[in-house]
Amino acid sequence: MKPAFSVIFLTTLIGAGQGLFLALFTHQSYSLFGLLPMQSDAFYGYGSVLALLFLIGGLIASVFHLGRPERAWRSATQWRTSWLSREVIALPAFMGTTFMYAGVHLAGMRPEVITLPSGLVIDISVLIGTVGTLLAFVLFVCTGMIYACLRFLREWHSPLTVINYILMGGASGFTLAAFYAALAAPTQAGFFGGWAIIITVLALAGRIASLVRNARLRPTSTLQTAIGVKHPYITQRTQGSMGGSFNTREFFHGKTDAFLKQIKPTFLFLAFLLPLALLSFSQNSAGLLGLTFVVQLAGLMVERWFFFAQANHPQNLYYQTIG
Amino acid sequence: MTQLALVIDLNVCVGCHACVTSCKEWNTSGSAGPLCDERPYGADPTGTFFNRVQTFEIGHFPNSETLHFPKSCLHCEDPPCVPVCPTGASYKRKEDGIVLVDYDKCIGCKYCTWACPYGAREFDEKEKVMKKCTLCVDRIYDMSLAEVDRKPSCVKACPTSARLFGDIHDPESVVSKAIREDGGYALMPEWGTHPSNHYLPRRKTHLKIHKDELERADNPLKVDGHLPKPGLGESSMDDVSAW
Ligand code: SF4
Ligand code: SF4
Repeated sequence: MKPAFSVIFLTTLIGAGQGLFLALFTHQSYSLFGLLPMQSDAFYGYGSVLALLFLIGGLIASVFHLGRPERAWRSATQWRTSWLSREVIALPAFMGTTFMYAGVHLAGMRPEVITLPSGLVIDISVLIGTVGTLLAFVLFVCTGMIYACLRFLREWHSPLTVINYILMGGASGFTLAAFYAALAAPTQAGFFGGWAIIITVLALAGRIASLVRNARLRPTSTLQTAIGVKHPYITQRTQGSMGGSFNTREFFHGKTDAFLKQIKPTFLFLAFLLPLALLSFSQNSAGLLGLTFVVQLAGLMVERWFFFAQANHPQNLYYQTIG
Repeated sequence: MTQLALVIDLNVCVGCHACVTSCKEWNTSGSAGPLCDERPYGADPTGTFFNRVQTFEIGHFPNSETLHFPKSCLHCEDPPCVPVCPTGASYKRKEDGIVLVDYDKCIGCKYCTWACPYGAREFDEKEKVMKKCTLCVDRIYDMSLAEVDRKPSCVKACPTSARLFGDIHDPESVVSKAIREDGGYALMPEWGTHPSNHYLPRRKTHLKIHKDELERADNPLKVDGHLPKPGLGESSMDDVSAW
């Protein structure tokens, strides 16, 4: 498939935004149970504003993917069957929740909702945070399923696709949270950094698992089944157009196999290995953590490029030769 | 239930692209707007087509055969392109099984093309919506046309009658008979999309002529024996010889 930059930015940016929100609410939940020192409203509030900025960035990128963005509202109608439609609903729902989470913290309006028998006070921000956490995962699943549900694209048609979207988004989000904490609440940067390391290791494992799986795939469709001729030697002489078509533009990445081979170690290094090393040695320095996040996000963009480029669409069988 | 479809006889198709041109002409002039072209007279012309004729070489020269292969939307009975569409612009008609795109609803997200294993949909780079074969839905029901003309444009254009059109759910239709009797098959059956369009395979036609069929036994000129009777291998002429 041809990697579309709009989709690369959409998926990596909202992934980081979702991850950051999850990181912030994880911290608030730990604090609620007294496992960590509760931070100021401003910490959670401005943190979610930052998450919101990433989500908005992703949303803007996605608009460039559409031919007719002015009709985009229609894409919320087919949620019964289409994962894309579900994502279109989940993204604004999650953004709205993040906005409210930021709002109640920044306004300092956190009315108590219920006091548990143990004396634990559940205020409105905890309730919104819980809903936001659920929606963050719903959004991850929708994004992943957009790709995983296409059974012809066998490189994507696996639960690993969904799992990796969650893990990679989570990893970049927690790294971002570590950076943010290093600036806003330096004592807490270690907590986020620790989780960032754990999730990055898991994401690396998930991504390697999918690379191994994809390396062993054998194509289901062949030129023989594509045109229905049982003969071992079939060559295309012309695909019916001289100057290419939508089919040659949308489904081929246009780079050499050698280039693809180089991209693989590049993203493994940038998205996982280098961030792991930097996180381990960052000593909660904001500068280093900022660098880590930038490197990891860039690495994930390269990863996303590879994710698309590696998927080999069966329609390509019909578009081998211009002549 | 009706399922309209094309049956394409690969044994007959000569790869003339008449169906491609005729399809383009009809569908670029309709009320749905043009099928846009870019750089039509430039070095690398490209544009939107519903139908393409591709050519394959089967085997190694000199033991090879040329196969011309027209390809358009197969109007799958279980179309994977429809449920993925987020807007409902892509749909399959209940009454005749035609898979259509509503150009007024499509947002041009191209997700449906990812879900079609056949590469049957083409994005219109100028109209910014998805396009595909409509089986000439604006023609086959047009009562102002004579009945013989109420057929898809490609079918009408084909000089070798390689394209048949009809209801594959009606066992007595010309398409059902062709599929049944001439080995009609579907493309990429492994994906369970159940394409409605079928293809008839290339096949060799052998004609066996017996020796006695070369000679007209009841030729009256031969019976009366008046004219000369040259040998079997020699030249002969009507009214001059007895053959
Ligand atoms: S051939 Fe492709 S576009 Fe046409 S109905 Fe089947 S899946 Fe959909
Ligand atoms: S490109 Fe149009 S028809 Fe295709 S999935 Fe998107 S909205 Fe639906």
